[in-house]
Formats: sequence, C-alpha cells, structure tokens
Amino acid sequence: MDVVRAHALTRKYGDFFAVNGIDFAITQGECFGFLGPNGAGKTTTMKMISCFLPPSSGDLHVFDMSVCEKPGEIKARLGVMPQEDNLDPDLNVIENLIVYARYFGIGKREAMLRAGELLKFIELSERNHTPIKDLSGGMKRRLMLVRALMNNPEIIMLDEPTTGLDPASRRSVWDRMNELKFNNTTLLLTTHYIEEAERLCDRVAIMDRGRIVAVDTPRTLMITHGGNLEDVYLKLTGRTLEG
Amino acid sequence: MKASRVISVLRRHLTVYTKLYLSSIALNFAEPVLYLAAFGIGLGAFVQQIDGMPYLNFIAPGIIASSATFGAVYECTYGTYVRMFFQKTFDAILATPVSLYELVAAELIWGALKSAFYGSIIMLVLALFGLLPSALILFAVPVLFLSGLLFASLAMIVAAIVPGIESFNYFYTLFMTPLFLFSGIFFPLTGLPPFVENIALLSPLHHLVTACRALAYGQTGGVFTDVLWITAALVLVIPWPFRLLRKKLIK
Ligand SMILES: Nc1ncnc2c1ncn2[C@@H]1O[C@H](COP(=O)(O)OP(=O)(O)OP(=O)(O)O)[C@@H](O)[C@H]1O
Ligand SMILES: [Mg+2]
Repeated sequence: MDVVRAHALTRKYGDFFAVNGIDFAITQGECFGFLGPNGAGKTTTMKMISCFLPPSSGDLHVFDMSVCEKPGEIKARLGVMPQEDNLDPDLNVIENLIVYARYFGIGKREAMLRAGELLKFIELSERNHTPIKDLSGGMKRRLMLVRALMNNPEIIMLDEPTTGLDPASRRSVWDRMNELKFNNTTLLLTTHYIEEAERLCDRVAIMDRGRIVAVDTPRTLMITHGGNLEDVYLKLTGRTLEG
Repeated sequence: MKASRVISVLRRHLTVYTKLYLSSIALNFAEPVLYLAAFGIGLGAFVQQIDGMPYLNFIAPGIIASSATFGAVYECTYGTYVRMFFQKTFDAILATPVSLYELVAAELIWGALKSAFYGSIIMLVLALFGLLPSALILFAVPVLFLSGLLFASLAMIVAAIVPGIESFNYFYTLFMTPLFLFSGIFFPLTGLPPFVENIALLSPLHHLVTACRALAYGQTGGVFTDVLWITAALVLVIPWPFRLLRKKLIK
C-alpha cells in the first residue's frame, strides 16, 4: 500500500521552480531517500509532504488524504525532524518533549513515559533538565529525532538526520532508524551521505534542480548506471557532493 | 479550529511565562508607579483637580488601561516576532496537528490574557493606594481582555508586515506613543482643538480609559458605548492577523 503519492507535484517561490513536476510513490514500511545537491528541492518536497507548504500545483496524497484538504489528520500521524533546529529554547529537554506531545493531544503522564523510553533509546537520559542552549549540536539533532517520535508516527520524515553528528552518534541514529524500520515504520529521509542512503534506503530518488532524475533501489541504480552509488549520483547530477 | 489545540499552545506560553518571567513581575509595577509618582504627585502638586476629582484619582484608571494595553502589544509584537522568526517556535508547532489559525488564535488570546492579567495587578496596587473608589472596577477585567484582543490583533498585523524587528520602533513611536498621550489618560480630550479631539476620540485606548474611569467611580452609563466601540473595532481588525500571517508564513 502506498502511504505517499505525488503526481506532477510542483512548488514555486515567485517564478522559481523549487520542485518542478515530480512523481513518486512511497510504500508502507519502506525507507525512501532523497539524494541531491544543495538546492535540489529536497527540503521543499519534505515540507509539502508534512503539510507545511502547500503545493503550487499537482497532487499530493498522504495516507490517501490530500495535503490541501486534511493537513491536521495527516500531521497527527507524521513525525517530522526538520533540517533546521527549532527546539524550544525557552524550555529544557523534558519540557520540550511534554509541550510538543501536548500539541498532539498527548497528556503529561503518557508523554513522560514515552520521553523516558525515547531518551534512553537515543542515549540522552541524563539530560532531562538541561536547557537547550547547553546541548551540543549533535545532542540537539538527537533530541529533534526523539521529539519527532513522541506521537508514535506511522511515517517519519527526516531532513538530513545525521548532518553534524560525530561517527558514533551517526551510528547510534542509524541503529535507531533500523529499529524503526524493523517495526514497520515508513521512513523518509534526505541526505548528502551516500553511505547513509546505501545502508538504510530501500529506494532512493536522485533529485536535481527540482526534478527527480532517477528513482530505484540502490542496487538497481548501480547496475543500470555502473559504478558505486556515488558514481551514479555524480553521473546523474553532474556535480560534486557538498556537506 | 479546535479548542484543545489552541489551549495546547496557550499552555506552552504559560509554561514559559511561569518559568522565565513570573519572577520579574515586580518590574511590571515599576512603570505605572513611576507615572503615578511623576504625574500624580509631581504634576498633581500644580493640577489640583480635573473633572471634579483629585488628579491622582483622575489618572489612575488610565494607568490600568495603558499598562494592560502595552502588555498585549509587547507580547504580540516582540514576543510573537521572536517566536516566529528567531526561535522558529512556529515552525515546530506547525509540524504538529496544530494549524496556523489555531496558532494565531492562541497568540491573540495569550496577548489578551496578559492585558487582563497586567491590568488586574495594577488595579490591585491602585486599590491599595485607595485610588479606585468603586468595586465596579472589577468589571473592567473582561473589558481589558476584549481590548487586549483588539490590541493583540493590531500588534500582530504589524508583526506580520514589518521587514525586520527594528521596524517595530516606527509602530511604537508613530502609533503607540501618540495613542498613550492622547487617549485621555493624563488630561481630558475636551481641552484639545476640536480637530485633534475628533481624531483622539477614534483611539481605541481612549474608549478603554473612559470605560475604566467610569467603572472606577461606580458609573455604568457610558461604559456600554465604549465596550461596543471596542467590540466593533475588534470585529473589523481580527481577521487580518490570520490573513497576513498566512500570507507571510506560507507564501
Ligand atoms: N522560502 C524560500 N523562498 C525562496 N526560495 C526558496 C525558499 N526556500 C527554498 N528556496 C529555493 O528553493 C530551492 C530548493 O530549496 P530546498 O531547500 O528544497 O533545497 P534542498 O535540496 O533541501 O537543499 P539543501 O541540500 O541545501 O538542504 C533552492 O534553490 C532555494 O534557494
Ligand atoms: Mg534541505
């Protein structure tokens, strides 16, 4: 079953096409990755799926509901980890999670239980009362992941989840993502790390200048285009990787 | 619009407020007390009576009205702007089932609650000084909430259209300061040239001040008209923060 379906999906900023008529479908339980250079339109696509930006034209359905018609219902079932840090700086770690859960209608008692489990899961247990400004960049990223999981989402949207993490933290996030996959959660991620895409993604879409230039399993892409995934990526986008 | 979601955002603001700002509440007394000292005692030594009441009593209800109003306006200019653009709190909230309209509604209600809350505190202080003869002044609290909604809406309109946070200076200097000075807080508008008086009569703060003053003296006659005026202005203004922020944030 497809949990996300996009057809001729387009997003303009003024006259500029940030996303230019893309088609894709994401199946329940798979891990789907967007790979592409800076400015390719990955974040814009993620924001449309998470009902944050309305599409300029085209169709976008999540859980068979249009993002234009049922944003509230869709967002209730998504977990979103954006590219930019937007933790609440006025609140400490645990308060961030409780307040965020409340936006989903989850009460404090339940939120505390869930936060306790998740913080352990991401190795931030001792930090409950730490103010956000005292967390390192990598800790903030991991807390953003925990926050995205507070509502037990069916799809998790991760925009560059491991950018800025040290190798050990990256491994630990990958382990978590594999556990989520194992539990049949659908994962959607964007990344600049080929290794990340190769390890985690069942399928990747390679994006460039607002378009999807190829979408398939990493294996098939490598067989079709030759070389390793990085070679495929460079060949299809004609650019070098940044980040 | 779902009430529970609006409340979830209000509870976020309340959590932050009780944690960070409640301890500084004493500061909120400082300003009105300074005005009372300067104008009431200082100027009051020369101006004995206005409209048949001691000068200090004349200005007291106006201080309630203006403190309440500035409470709402600060919250929905600087407060909202910081949450929206610097802290990205809005972005985080909009990734949850809370909609933009629910979020804006919560901002406005929060501004109005601050108006009512600050007004009540000042009221308490002035009552202790014996400057509020009638208990009817308690009815000013819901009026302060209503006017708070109005001023919060105006403030959020400004927050939605300014190009940067420095631009609030224009709003404060060109709008809030004249409003503060010419709304009948420190002197009755009848002393002004008729043309200026007519403009001043349009000030929403003026209607709030008049209502507070009447209630402080146990009169209810004109209060209804003032409240009606504030309500009418509110109805006209309140759709705009929703429309403008939608445009600003979603493009
Ligand atoms: N709010 C905006 N206003 C105008 N243009 C924008 C806006 N947001 C993004 N863009 C433009 O849209 C294009 C796609 O941006 P997007 O953020 O989706 O890229 P991305 O693939 O996520 O890049 P990165 O890897 O750097 O995160 C870019 O050219 C960017 O300049
Ligand atoms: Mg991006």
